[in-house]
Amino acid sequence: MKIILEASQAVAEAVKACNVEVVSIYPITPQTHIVETVADFIDNGEMNAEVIYAESEHSMFSAAAGASAAGARSFTASSSQGLALGFEILGMISGMRLPVVAAVANRALSSPINIWNDHSDTMSIKDAGWIQLYVESAQEAFDTTVQAFKIAEETLIPVMVCLDGFTLSHVTEPLELENVSSFVGKYKGKYILDPKKPLLMGPVATPASYMEIKEVQQKDMLDSKKVVKKIHEEYKKKYKRGYGDGLIEIYNLKGKKKALILMGSAVGTARVVSDEEKDFGVIKLKCFRPFPEEELKKICKDIEEIAVIDRSLSFGQDSAVYTEVKKCLPDKKISSFIGGLGGRDITKKTIKDAVKQIGKGGQIWLK
Amino acid sequence: MAKMILGLPEEELFCSGHTSCAGCGPALAMRYALKAAGKNTVVVQATGCMEVVSSAYPLSAWKVPWIHGTFENAPAIASGIERAYKSKGKKVNILAIGGDGATFDIGLGALSGMIERGHKVCYICYDNEAYMNTGKQRSSASPLLANTTTTPFGKKIHGKQEPKKPLPFIVAAHGVKYVATASIANPQDFYNKVKKGLAVDGPSFIHVFAPCQFGWKFPTDKTIAITEQAIKSCVAPIYEIENGFLKLNKIENKSKINDYLKMQGRYKHLNKEEISELQQFVDDRWKFLMELETKGKVFDVVQ
Amino acid sequence: MKKVKIAGIVDEPGSTVKNKTGGWRTKKPVRDVKKCIKCMKCWLFCPDICIDENIITDYDYCKGCGICAEVCPVKCIKMEDEEK
Repeated sequence: MKIILEASQAVAEAVKACNVEVVSIYPITPQTHIVETVADFIDNGEMNAEVIYAESEHSMFSAAAGASAAGARSFTASSSQGLALGFEILGMISGMRLPVVAAVANRALSSPINIWNDHSDTMSIKDAGWIQLYVESAQEAFDTTVQAFKIAEETLIPVMVCLDGFTLSHVTEPLELENVSSFVGKYKGKYILDPKKPLLMGPVATPASYMEIKEVQQKDMLDSKKVVKKIHEEYKKKYKRGYGDGLIEIYNLKGKKKALILMGSAVGTARVVSDEEKDFGVIKLKCFRPFPEEELKKICKDIEEIAVIDRSLSFGQDSAVYTEVKKCLPDKKISSFIGGLGGRDITKKTIKDAVKQIGKGGQIWLK
Repeated sequence: MAKMILGLPEEELFCSGHTSCAGCGPALAMRYALKAAGKNTVVVQATGCMEVVSSAYPLSAWKVPWIHGTFENAPAIASGIERAYKSKGKKVNILAIGGDGATFDIGLGALSGMIERGHKVCYICYDNEAYMNTGKQRSSASPLLANTTTTPFGKKIHGKQEPKKPLPFIVAAHGVKYVATASIANPQDFYNKVKKGLAVDGPSFIHVFAPCQFGWKFPTDKTIAITEQAIKSCVAPIYEIENGFLKLNKIENKSKINDYLKMQGRYKHLNKEEISELQQFVDDRWKFLMELETKGKVFDVVQ
Repeated sequence: MKKVKIAGIVDEPGSTVKNKTGGWRTKKPVRDVKKCIKCMKCWLFCPDICIDENIITDYDYCKGCGICAEVCPVKCIKMEDEEK
């Protein structure tokens, strides 16, 4: 059914469509429209879920974890400072292998306080053990959130669906809502808190066992790439809609020597410029964790020059996307661009300036 | 019909082989709480002594499902579990357990949130009056003039200068139906209170006084004796706040506070003036409780 | 690679019984069965759950704290030095 919605509402529709059982809520701009829409569904009887109105994001993520540990399909959402406050719990959730799905409306981190869009919030927690998928459109937000539940429940790795705050979350676009009940099925947890089969979760792991437990987590995280792709393919087959291979999407890349790599809704602008300028292709990183190294190498086989636009900083060092792309493609000419911080728009000029300056060294700020 | 001994089920759901210190008061609190809750229980535990001694991978001292998250989020995790069970239409007892550090300090916000939202969870705070697991640092539950590693009895400052935070009253002020204090010296009373708490259709809070021989510096065999003395000296008042009414256990033949203080090393350095100060402090608190009990409904129950 | 359970989950409830803490003690409770009045107070107050319904101490776990001896109303339990 075709409809026009804000991307935040599209996420909420996906949550409803997946029959999420427990929703954990705490408001923060610009994700709040997501949870407000979910709350509307619940209070109008359109969605049969229990809600926890948490008193902070730290408790919000904890409650989502508790619900998941007890065998319920759980969802929560946050941004920026909320994600930062919940940081302790993000590692707890991933370490406990709980299939929580969280939407993050990407927003800049304080200080100074800034409610507008960049990727500093989710980039700052890229090492927390969550699968991170970045979306470009309201449609992709719906499709990816649906897939996120399946991915999380199969891998027992929590999934973060990242959508640009305001520049995507608050933008109304046309999209198709799907009936996905049979696609996602019901969550049947293998390890849940059930008096019929008492388990202990969250033990003390001494130096004698911590490394092995983490080794399993790392291996599963690396292997989850296959699951992300597989579920993307299954969804594509059923609903006739996909985004590259589910990890990376390319646009106008064939026959090109230059490419622009970036994430999130700015990809839309890059596509327009690529059509106009015709001298570069666009590589959209959809899956940032696990990092699709193999796939990126293959895609860039014939590419010689790359511009990477990062929308976050790693103070004292190069930014994350550039660093990881550079590690993956050591023989290519890659330039690092910083753009779109704190809600500064990434315009057609930003894209053109990046591509124009490929070959320049250092960290080039496109303001 | 479960076999009972001295009014408690014989069955143990908290097992031997846990690595608490010899003579551990909180370990007894765990034992009794689990007897009250029974097999159809999920335990959510905060980081602390009882978590550490019972859950070293790959062993578990628990015969019920048990989850430990972080230090301050047991009430929040419990909230999520409660909603999950509600969404599935299943019934289960949920115990959220934390020490005084987890409950009085770092987890107070999460506790307040859980209570305000009305989750059907019984929160048990085992109070050994300091962050014992990390080596006996001061918590807001540490009593006045107690010697802890972060409030040492030094040449200039003599131990903790702040009085114990009146947490049971803070919880009661949230408008809950049932708050109680208890101690490990009267297991049947604690057991009954946990059962009462679990029967409430909403949150309940039990504060159980559980001395620690390591932190308080007393011989390992004196755990129960020192608890009894704390009650006799009115340091650990035992009461219930049920539907807003306070019911205080009266003490016949009250002891002087020094009978309690002299049993433990953490008050070893007190001089006569300081002991008098503590006596006055305890007398004032007790007087307040006695008067409060006469005033009828003193907390509005909104839950 | 040493085999570990995912997330370090422990699926053996009560498995701490494999950890015999009896090796910790320096003193050992010895009960004069004839004097015992079967009040069950020692059972009630043992933090290590070492005393069973038949009032027999499980020395595999007894840490020698002495609470049982202290609470016994007839003092039928004596703490003796653990022989090493």
